[in-house]
Amino acid sequence: MLDKNGIAKRIAKELKDGYYVNLGIGIPTLVANYVPEGIDVEFQSENGVLGMGPFPYEGEEDPDYINAGKQTITTLPGASFFDSATSFGMIRGKHVHLTILGAMEVAENGDIANWKIPGKMVKGMGGAMDLVASAENIIVAMMHTNRAGQSKLLKSCSLPLTGVGCVKKIVTDMAVLEVTPEGFKLLERAPGVSVEDIENATEGRLVITGDIPEMNLS
Amino acid sequence: MINKRVASVAEALQGIENGMTLMLGGFGLCGIPENSIGELVRLGIKDLTCISNNAGVDDFGLGLLLHKRQIKKMISSYVGENDEFERQMLNGELEVELTPQGTLAEKCRAAQAGIPAFYTPAGYGTEVSENKETREFNGKMYVLEEAFQADFAVVKAWKGDEAGNLVFRGTARNFNPCMCGAAQITVAEVEELVPAGTLDPNTIHIPGIFVQRIFQGKHYEKRIEQRTVRNRED
Repeated sequence: MLDKNGIAKRIAKELKDGYYVNLGIGIPTLVANYVPEGIDVEFQSENGVLGMGPFPYEGEEDPDYINAGKQTITTLPGASFFDSATSFGMIRGKHVHLTILGAMEVAENGDIANWKIPGKMVKGMGGAMDLVASAENIIVAMMHTNRAGQSKLLKSCSLPLTGVGCVKKIVTDMAVLEVTPEGFKLLERAPGVSVEDIENATEGRLVITGDIPEMNLS
Repeated sequence: MINKRVASVAEALQGIENGMTLMLGGFGLCGIPENSIGELVRLGIKDLTCISNNAGVDDFGLGLLLHKRQIKKMISSYVGENDEFERQMLNGELEVELTPQGTLAEKCRAAQAGIPAFYTPAGYGTEVSENKETREFNGKMYVLEEAFQADFAVVKAWKGDEAGNLVFRGTARNFNPCMCGAAQITVAEVEELVPAGTLDPNTIHIPGIFVQRIFQGKHYEKRIEQRTVRNRED
């Protein structure tokens, strides 16, 4: 099983040279720590910055420089700031190549739910609905099961949807899966996790073809 | 030069009445009109509909207005940082219209630019698109969203001049430029107000035509919501 950093590390392998990438709050934010050597990517934060750098050193925090998770940030050479309408123009206009975000549930047809639990938790969708409706390439970073041990990879979402048929790939603490017309296609296993473990933790249709390799995290 | 300068926050907010619809700039606590929010609390204006990406935190930003029950309805994209908000909403004491963030920004920009409505893919197939017109363009489905109609837009900029020209700083820009000129009257509070001619016209982010009243705010707290740092050794 992977921890959160492990999931981020595996997702970082999906980054390609020249990509503009939007990272959601939580595990996706950690992806920035594992950008492979030798490629150039720029991170976009939907509150209005491209070219985000690492967190500031203590004493150098600037309240005017934050990311979408409201954390203090720095910028790298080549960075730019812009307003919210321009920011979502970049997203809606498909100028951002890859969106990585968290989810409460993903369905086998690529539906995603991550913004509301009726009667309990109402935080809002933030930019997630715009991101999932527009991005060409969406990777979900999440745990395979919830705290109660129930699968988060479902036949259909039970929670209010954030977007329909939009998720392409899912990286969990147990596996890498691709959304296909036949269901969740199992691509890789996390170290120490068997195909049977993944089958037991997946409620939606799981497609297993041939030997499933273990993730390469080095 | 048409002078937009007013003497005080009190003068800037003249005409705001109970039941009005306000746009308020900011993302989280970054770039919020602190002085104007403080004055709205002092004035005790009630039954407000507030269009703002977030609702502040319990004891700062729009949280101050929520605490005094001055807000009837919030139109926001994300309200997760405010327990009082969640409590009022789940108890049905507060009307809430959650709107995708990009749609929220575009509804401001459309109002600013005189566009009554636009199509966006955000929210298609979700509860956000319920009872809204949808339409297919080039094989993809879109939702018709209407421009906001607001009485006042209240924004915060870094610098401004007497002509109402504005310059923003960092991510404190966010929704502020989109809201300028998107309501009947736009009020801008700035950290530094300078005479016309001081700011280079090449560096203006928002031209003064979108601003009716401008004043220099006082005592900016600029509170940080999630102070996150790295170690010197990293």
